[in-house]
Formats: sequence, C-alpha cells, structure tokens
Amino acid sequence: MSNDNFEAVAEAAGGSVASFEPEHLGFGERLQRFLHNYPTAAPAFVLLVAVVGFYLIVGSRFLSAFNLSLVFQQVTIIGIIGVAQTLVILTAGIDLSVGAIMVLCSVIMGRTAVLMGLPAPLALMLGLLAGAACGAINGLLITRLRLPPFITTLGTWSIFFALNLWYSESETIRSQDLATQAGLLQWMGVSFNMAGARITMGTLTMLVLFFGMWFALNHTPWGRHVYATGDDPQAAQLAGINTDRVLLSVYIVAGVICALAAWALIGRIGSVSPQAGQSANLDSITAVVIGGTSLFGGRGAIAGTLIGALVVGVFRNGLALAGVDVLWQEFAIGLLIITAVATDQWIRRV
Amino acid sequence: MAAEKLQPILAGRNLVKRYGRVTALDHSDFDLYPGEVLAVIGDNGAGKSSLIKALTGAAPPDSGEVFLDGKKVEFRNPMDGRQAGIETVYQTLAVSPSLDIVDNLFLGRERLKPGFLGKWLHMLDRKSMAAVARDKLSELGLLTIQNIRQPVETLSGGQRQAVAVARAAAFGSKVVIMDEPTAALGVKESRRVLNLIKDVRDRGMPVVLISHNMPHVWEVADRIHVHRLGRRHAVIRPRTHTMSEGVAIMTGAMDPNTHAAGAFALPEGA
Amino acid sequence: MLKRNASALALAASLLVPVAAQAEGIVGLITKTNTNPFFVKMKEGAEAKAKELGVELRSFAGKIDGDNESQVEAVENLIAAGAKGILITPNDSKAIVPSIAKAREAGLLVIALDTPLEPADAADATFATDNFKAGELIGEWAAATLGDKARDASIAMLDLNANEVSVDVLRDQGFLKGFGIDVKDDKDIGDEEDARIIGHDVTDGNEEGGRTAMENLLQKSGGEVDLVYTINEPAAAGAYEALKAVGKEKEVLIVSIDGGCPGVKNIKEGVIGATSMQFPLLMASMGVEAIVEFAKSGKKPENSEGLDFFNTGVELITDAPVDGIESQTADQGLEKCWG
Repeated sequence: MSNDNFEAVAEAAGGSVASFEPEHLGFGERLQRFLHNYPTAAPAFVLLVAVVGFYLIVGSRFLSAFNLSLVFQQVTIIGIIGVAQTLVILTAGIDLSVGAIMVLCSVIMGRTAVLMGLPAPLALMLGLLAGAACGAINGLLITRLRLPPFITTLGTWSIFFALNLWYSESETIRSQDLATQAGLLQWMGVSFNMAGARITMGTLTMLVLFFGMWFALNHTPWGRHVYATGDDPQAAQLAGINTDRVLLSVYIVAGVICALAAWALIGRIGSVSPQAGQSANLDSITAVVIGGTSLFGGRGAIAGTLIGALVVGVFRNGLALAGVDVLWQEFAIGLLIITAVATDQWIRRV
Repeated sequence: MAAEKLQPILAGRNLVKRYGRVTALDHSDFDLYPGEVLAVIGDNGAGKSSLIKALTGAAPPDSGEVFLDGKKVEFRNPMDGRQAGIETVYQTLAVSPSLDIVDNLFLGRERLKPGFLGKWLHMLDRKSMAAVARDKLSELGLLTIQNIRQPVETLSGGQRQAVAVARAAAFGSKVVIMDEPTAALGVKESRRVLNLIKDVRDRGMPVVLISHNMPHVWEVADRIHVHRLGRRHAVIRPRTHTMSEGVAIMTGAMDPNTHAAGAFALPEGA
Repeated sequence: MLKRNASALALAASLLVPVAAQAEGIVGLITKTNTNPFFVKMKEGAEAKAKELGVELRSFAGKIDGDNESQVEAVENLIAAGAKGILITPNDSKAIVPSIAKAREAGLLVIALDTPLEPADAADATFATDNFKAGELIGEWAAATLGDKARDASIAMLDLNANEVSVDVLRDQGFLKGFGIDVKDDKDIGDEEDARIIGHDVTDGNEEGGRTAMENLLQKSGGEVDLVYTINEPAAAGAYEALKAVGKEKEVLIVSIDGGCPGVKNIKEGVIGATSMQFPLLMASMGVEAIVEFAKSGKKPENSEGLDFFNTGVELITDAPVDGIESQTADQGLEKCWG
C-alpha cells in the first residue's frame, strides 16, 4: 500500500471538511448571507421605509385604507405581467414581448366580442388561447432554434405588436360599447368596499395569481425544475430534467398570464386600446429586478416581484400626492433599479 | 476461466465510438465486478470519458455491447442509465447551487404528497424528502449538518461533492460512477471524499472512479483499468503494481505483459 | 396630362407595373409612428389626395415616439428617390433640422405637419393645429359652462409626460388662459399659483395613464374635483373610469382635445363635456396639394395671418353649446372625426 507523506498530513488534519458547522462571520457577511437566503428582505425594507416616509411627508391621506387599496389597483397590471416576467427571468431568460402579448390579447377579446358578436366567455377564452399561442411561439423559437430569449422576444415583440395594429386597425373600443355587449370583459374592474378600502376583482386576481405561482414554484417539482434550469441548465440536464420542456412550459404559462393581464387591463381602463401597455415590458422587468430576482436566473422569489411592483406604485402615488414633479419619480425608480442590481451582484458572491 | 464464478455487474465488449475522423473508442472492453472500486486511468485523450459515456448512455457507442448484470442493455441517454441503476457523479457536479441540499438530492425525482395534494396539485412531500435526505447523509457519516435546507452554494467544494456523492449513493441501485471527484478539491476535502468512496464500496455498491490523481487511485482502488489509445490496455492492482509502473503502462513506456502479475488482473474470488 | 397618362398606360402595359408607379412625381410622408390613429388617418388623407392628383406617395414612420434616426433615414431615402417634397411630423424637432436642410438644398419642398420644427422656418411651411387655440377653446367653454362655480372650481390637469413637449405645453397653457387663470410663464407647465388647480400629473396620453393620474389627483385633493383637463381623449376616457370608480362621474366636467371618433362618441354620451377637434386628414391632403403645386409652379405655401404656421383649423365639439363660442354638435363631429 502506497502512502505518501501528504496523505499522512491530511489524516492529521482531521476529517471535518464535509461537516456543516456554522462559521463566525462579521456583520457585512451576515447581512450578505441573510439577503442571500431571503432576497425579498431588501425590497421589503425599501417598501417599509417608503411607506413610512410618505406618511411623514403626505400625512394620513397617504396611509388611508382607500389610498393603499388604490396603490394595489394601480399596480395590478404590472403585478400580473410581473408574475410572467419573474417566471421567465428565473430561467435566466427575459421576455420583452409581454406587453405586446397583453395588448394583442385584449384586442382579440374586445373585437371578437364587440365587433364579431361572439359571447363574452368565448371571446375571453380566445384571448387566453392567443396568449398561450404567443408564449408557445416564444418558447419554441428559444428551445428548438436555440435563439437567445432577448433577441427572440425582441423580434416577437414587434411581430405581436404589428399583428395588434393590423387586427385592431388602430381603433379603440370604448368602455360604453363593451359594457353593453361584453360586460364580462370588464369584470376585473368590478369592486367592493371593505373597511374603507376599495378592492377590485383585478387586485384579487393578482393576489391569487401571486399565491398560486408561489405555490407552484416552491411546492411542486415543476417549480424546482424552473429554478434548476435557470441556475445551471447543464447541471439540471445531468440531473435528468428535460430543460427544453421546462422552458417551453414557462413561456406558455407566461403567455397565458399576459392574457390574464389583458383581461385586467380591460377592467381597469374600461376600454380596449391598441395603444395600451407599451411600457409594460420594461415596467415588469423593473418590478422583478427591484423585487430582488436575479437577471442571471435561478435566484429570487415571486413575492419580491409583488413588493417590487408595490415599491414603484408607492413612489408614483406618494410623490404625486406630495406634488413632486414627475421627473423625480423617474429618477427615484432609476436609483432603485441600480441599487437592486448592485445588491444582487453583491449577494451572489456568497 | 473463472468468469463463471463471479459475473461482472457492468461490462462493455468491443465498444467503438468515432467522432468524425477521430476514433475515441477502438474496440474497447470493460468489466466492473460487484463490490469493488475500479479506477480508470489514462492519459488525456485516451478515451476515458468516451468509455464512461458509452456505458451510461450519455454518448451511446457506434458499435459494441453493454451488459448490466449479464443482460444486454442499450442506453440511449443518461436517463436510461439512471433508471437502470447507474448513478454518475459528474466532474461538473451537476448540482444546482441555489437549491438547497434536499432539493438537490431529489432533483428530477421529487416525491409528491399522498392523496389529493400530490395527485392534483403536484405538491412536494417536503417532510419525507427531508427525512430520507437526513438518513442518506447520516449513513455516509455526513450528519454533522445543521441545516439541510441551506442552499448548496453556501457549501464548500468538498461539501458539495459530498452532496453529489450522497445523491449517487442514495439512488444508484447497481453502480456509482465518479468522474474526477477530487480534481477541484483541496487536500483535506479530497480525503473526505476518498473516505466516502470507501464507505459506498463497503456498503456493497461497486464504484467506478475516473481520476488523474495516482495517490488517490492507489489508495482506494481494488483494480485499475488502464486506458490507452482508445482501448483497455491493461488491468492492474495497487497491490501488485507501483504507481510508477502504472504510469509507465499508461504512457506506453512499459509493456504490461512483462510485469510479473500479468496484464489483466481479475478481482479476488473471480 | 392626358398625353402623359396615355403614355404611362402604354408603359404600364408593356412592363406590367401598376399605373400609380408612373405618376408625375413622388411625395414623401414621414410620420412619428405608424401606431397612433392620428398618423394612420394622416396617411389615409395623404394617400387619397395623392391618388386624386396622380402622384406617388411614399410613407415612412419612426419606430417609436422620439425615434429620430428612422426619420433621418427616411429623408435621405426620399432625396435619393428624387421626391418633389416631404411632409414630416418630426419626432425630434431640433435634431431633424440638418437633414431637412439637405433636402431643401436638393430642391425639395419640406412641410412640417402637426409639430413645427425648431426653428419653425427650418421647413418651407408648417401645417398644424393651433394647439394653444385648441386649449383656449375648451378653457373658455368650461368657464362659461361652470358659470359662477368657475370662481372656486377644483381643476385637475392631466398632461402628457415629463418632457413638456411643445404640444403638451401649448394645450395645457391654452386651456388655463381660456379658463381665466394667470399662467405666468406660458412656456412652463405647473408654475401657476392659482389655488383652484389641484395639480398636474402625466398620462402618457393613454387610458391607463389617465386613470392613474386622475386617481392620484383625487387623493391629493381629498376627493374634491369639478373640472378635468386632459391632453387627449384616451386620457379622458381613463380619467372617467377613475371618477366612475368613486361615483363622481356625473358631477365632474371633463374636457379634452383631439377629435378622434371614440372621443366624439364619448361627447355624445356625456363622458366628455367638450373637445377641440383637429384635422390630421386635412393637414396631410393640403400638404400633398402644396407639394404638387410647388412642383408645377414653384410656389410655396404661406403662413396664416399672425402665426408662424398655416393653421389647419380647430373646432369645438360639444352637445352643450354656450353663447359666444362657436361649436358643433357631436353628430356633426362624427362626420369628420378621425381614427
């Protein structure tokens, strides 16, 4: 038996290498590790500070139940789209076509119901199907042709938007026409009062969607596979995961969620406008990034996106109530994005 | 021959694999017997990886046959190999850094809750997975773990390797293959992994160890498959051959047949 | 004309190309985008007029609002194609000027549509809506409609965006002046000190933005609002939804600008009180005529009296006319609305 010197040295050093004992860390490292394990803590802290700050500046008008429920209404669409965007970004992808899919689906719902006279539930189904189809196109291009998601969805963004303009003929369907012919499409705008707050079906749908996606991501094999695929696709494949199937499913689900956002959009603005949602792609990415999800994939939490969307909504609402010029809203959001990405880079280095 | 007494658990015959004009496997044979650690050594480009990939299904051979438990098998992808009971610990580890230890152990073969929750909501059975993970890790003497829900990326290289080995040992019913498990590790961490390999073997699971590290090979291997120019050049034993002789055979500086112990060693009892 | 048409026909027959391609000259139309119905309508107007006059219309558009590069490229292409003239709604009224200068050096007539260049005389002519006047009209109408209540009315101002582009400023300030509020610097939105103004917020000119801005201003004023100015009709529709959500849609007056068909229908149904209609179709068709005239006689169009552009007109549309302000009904408006 051969036994070289260094082996003996290693024996002497003991075998504590693979033990999992806690180490002693400084405050910075502890914070880093804490944020690493709880990536939503940072945006939650920002949200808390923003709420308290605006309460101090604006007063109780800001912190009233009604105003807070208003913020929820205002972030409903970006929140829903943000769920789709989070899903895609978790796989280390990005979906620039989310806004275009939403508008296209809303136009399909509105025109099939009002101009073609289809029953509203059928029009709604057609819109949801169209969302799934758009997502499937993205997913197939990315998995079959191996195109990068950024370029693919940049392309389909234009394509879906062009289809929207062609099919809508750049015409708006007015709220009043929808109300008489397809009230179901405005259902998301229906609201009720509760303890001074005004809650819309759209807001509830968003919250239910967040909960559902949280469950799917954390408590089903599919969710674990989404994380694994974004984290290290090669490792996921070696572990026996069909990463192409995971990616395809992610883009299809994202498409359907965008169609759901289309329904919420109709509920919120009452009408069907082919001009709507043009900044939804960037706004949703903003919410996801501020929410602490890493653009490099595999890291982040769905709850962070809700918080991210709320942070943006609170800034917008609070600054408006304080009478601050809108350009400072843009400025503040920009700072938050940079801070969020820098934080992500830092906590990735654990 | 003594082959009637003891049958190889995993065997390859006349395996050929070509990549364009390069012949990676040139009618190579392979035999792994129950309960042994078989090391595979060879110079860079000798075809070690091609051999392993041919056996596991990661890159099926152009011709030749693979036998598992004496039965001919045809693996078309690594999943086929896994389902047949061959677990591989890859050099790149194949763990997902941001998932925790339990999730990694069960990645791709998660357990669902019984009843409605599992059947309709595909809900993971977190408790039972954690319990199994704890069992497997403690079987391998790894249970000084404080928190099996911590992400793998917070672990050291050796700890990650331990997770990967534990996964292979937990699910491999027939064979565990380890591709350069100590290549990226420090001296102390390597030692721990070597002990793990012995533990796995002692629990009756045969192990294939691909390594460039001769001291490690000579410490844990029962037999050593020397791969050269795309084929099995010799099978030697740490007991009969010195490291220098092994390296000489591997590089072609020594003809294995000139050694007193012969060119093709069989396991004890065979 | 006849002779030329006949030869064109012969040529068309021999080469199997459409007749239009053999028209008398090329007229270029460059719009900000091809998504906004305003520009879609503009293109339709230009196309119809070009067909009537037997010239070929080549249309280009920026990819998004603010996309100057695509417009520069379009100008270059039109010079290269030997166009007689260019109609342009500039995305960047300053940055496009050097390219326009090149086109004019090459002998093309350049007419800015809807949005003037800076300086305005960088183009041979500007055909545009008098946006200040458009704002003034709805401001005057609102003041007259509210009567005595105008003195202590709460007013919400829903503008376009943070850039304060000229059309945004002109409409906003025009409205305030028409309503009888001291606008201070008429180049600056939001420098007024009149307590009646709840605040200014931005809408991006769409429904979603209109609703959010209205909600925030309602919160700011504690629910108090009597009059809402909106930059355009989609923003007005969004503001209406916000008011409806708190049950105030009946008691609040909304005024707007544009004259798009959905907007005029909203006048008819009482969603919007009054709107100032502009005429994109007219801008474009008059532009095509001017270029054809220039190609024939070398005569350039002249500005309207007292303005540094040719005013294509603006009309107040409302079903609640007031004395002293000329207006048309929604039904009349529906006949000439666009989009």
